Amino acid sequence: MVEAAPIQVTGLNHWFGSGDTRKQAIWDVGLQIERGSLTILMGASGSGKTTLLTLIGCLREVQDGSVRLLGHELNGTTEAVSVALRRRIGFIFQAHNLHNSLNATENVLMGLQVNGTGNAGQQRKAARHSLSLFGLGDRLDYLPANLSGGQKQRVAVARALAPNPEVVFADEPTAALDKDSGRIVVETLKALGKQRGTTTVMVTHDNRVLELADRIITLEDGRIVDDKTPV
Amino acid sequence: MTRLLALLLGRLPIGWMQLSHNRTRMAAALAGVAFANILVFVQLGILGALNGSTIAPYALFRADIMLSSSDANTLTDGSNIARVRGFEALGVPGVARSTPLYIGNIEWQRDDGSTATLQAFGIDPARASVITPPIDESIPALQLEDTVLIDNATRGLEPGDLAGIDGGTAYRFEANGRTLSAIGTLSMGGGFSADGTLMTSDQTFFRLFGSRSASAANHILIDAEEGVDTSVVVERLRNALPDTVRVMTLEDAAQADLLYQTTERPTGIIFGFGVVIGILVGIVIVYQILSTDVADHLREYATFKAMGYGQPFFLGIVFEEAIILAILGFLPGIGISALIYVGLSGATGLPVELDLATSSAVFFGTLLACAISGAIATRRLANADPADLF
Ligand SMILES: Nc1ncnc2c1ncn2[C@@H]1O[C@H](COP(=O)(O)OP(=O)(O)OP(=O)(O)O)[C@@H](O)[C@H]1O
Ligand SMILES: [Mg+2]
Repeated sequence: MVEAAPIQVTGLNHWFGSGDTRKQAIWDVGLQIERGSLTILMGASGSGKTTLLTLIGCLREVQDGSVRLLGHELNGTTEAVSVALRRRIGFIFQAHNLHNSLNATENVLMGLQVNGTGNAGQQRKAARHSLSLFGLGDRLDYLPANLSGGQKQRVAVARALAPNPEVVFADEPTAALDKDSGRIVVETLKALGKQRGTTTVMVTHDNRVLELADRIITLEDGRIVDDKTPV
Repeated sequence: MTRLLALLLGRLPIGWMQLSHNRTRMAAALAGVAFANILVFVQLGILGALNGSTIAPYALFRADIMLSSSDANTLTDGSNIARVRGFEALGVPGVARSTPLYIGNIEWQRDDGSTATLQAFGIDPARASVITPPIDESIPALQLEDTVLIDNATRGLEPGDLAGIDGGTAYRFEANGRTLSAIGTLSMGGGFSADGTLMTSDQTFFRLFGSRSASAANHILIDAEEGVDTSVVVERLRNALPDTVRVMTLEDAAQADLLYQTTERPTGIIFGFGVVIGILVGIVIVYQILSTDVADHLREYATFKAMGYGQPFFLGIVFEEAIILAILGFLPGIGISALIYVGLSGATGLPVELDLATSSAVFFGTLLACAISGAIATRRLANADPADLF
């Protein structure tokens, strides 16, 4: 049997607001994303990239159309299925969204703890390992307040990737990073796709990383206007 | 602390970490919880003292049944009861003895010119058996004209005078225009309506209260015969005596008095209401703190939700915070309350005491109030899409 694509979207529409202010943000989007691929979503500000990402990433209720994520239909799904799916994916947000009261290691631990694999010691070790992969080996016990913007974003990346998610959704993960760290993050995602079959969907404006993409999808006013595979 | 909690919870103690991260807010929260605790403790303490001083006089007597006028809700209000009812009661099978009890308040002229109110109980000194030990031993001595037993907690009574009485030197004082000799003490504690208590013979009582006559008593104490069921005797007395006479066991009469004081007298209602207010203040304070805390961490919680944490996890965080606040706020709360109790009972002579049952009730009440506030505070997280919380 051919392995089904981890992400299958058909006829997806989405609206914000109600009544007179109701506005459609996603128009009849359909796409299929292969396992282990790195897909980049592009488009102008307000074109619907974040909306689409949160819809297929199970962070927003699907209103119309179908989204199948890792074999589960998200339209009309239950809270229990959503919670279970979210544990299998990693989300890197536009803002770092770290918890101010937790240090770098503890923030990463939160991503590991939810899956409940391994004991506390093993989880702590995995968290430290993940942080050092992104050059934060000497910042393990720092609170977010004492980290630079780029360092915080790297903690957020480590937090999303430490639990070995099957799918990674990243919303402008490199925006707060310098050229080198940005490249390291995207290269890591690319390598994870090769080694483990991790599927990545990433929103970015960063032309420097486009060459790493397996596929580039462009949105305009909530519609897919371009979908190409770079050579 | 963080390690200990991590071990207990099997996860990072986010609640504790959040609270301790913002020390000023935590201090304010603890002060709020402690304040609510103090409110409740003080009200309960006064209510307890009121209850204690209501039933304390009943404990002076050792009879089975008490006859009173049907409009007498307490020991001292309502009409008198005719002594003849006691004689009638003697005709009821199972009744062994009846003893009239006379009660009145006298003005005690202190040496410094101030006055105090003493509640006097007059009883036939031949009936020492209706008085509880060890006071009963001193009752026969009251045969002597103008002798009394005085409560050793009477406000304004000097420790030196007390020591003298116990040492055998009578303490002489002026009251209602007569010179009384306190030849012994009893121990009951001050109340809300009088500064102290006296026990006298019925004859001395009538000399103190010129207008009172032996034929109209305040209450009549009844002893049932040995081996006879008291409730049967009560029933018989109710049938034998007119409706204007209230027949109750002494215990029931004390409980009825207590119920009346707490539910129908303003003092009881006010302090009971105070307890409720204290609890509400506590819930509001804790709810404010916890819901602000949830609001401040909405983005973080949304992130956790996106990682696959469910509602039980968020409830867990807020309960963790609630329990920490309850415990850490209770400790200073009960400490300060204990000091206030010492001050209150020192200043008033009222039996304001901290007991284990009340303390644990307040503690568990605090826990419950905190938990309820926490549950309300997390409601907004329950149905939100993570994407809508950022
Ligand atoms: N919560 C919301 N309520 C109402 N409208 C929204 C909401 N979120 C997004 N929109 C609207 O939907 C459209 C798409 O927004 P979206 O955030 O998906 O764009 P984007 O491509 O991610 O933009 P950017 O590059 O600025 O992040 C915009 O017109 C935006 O105003
Ligand atoms: Mg966006």
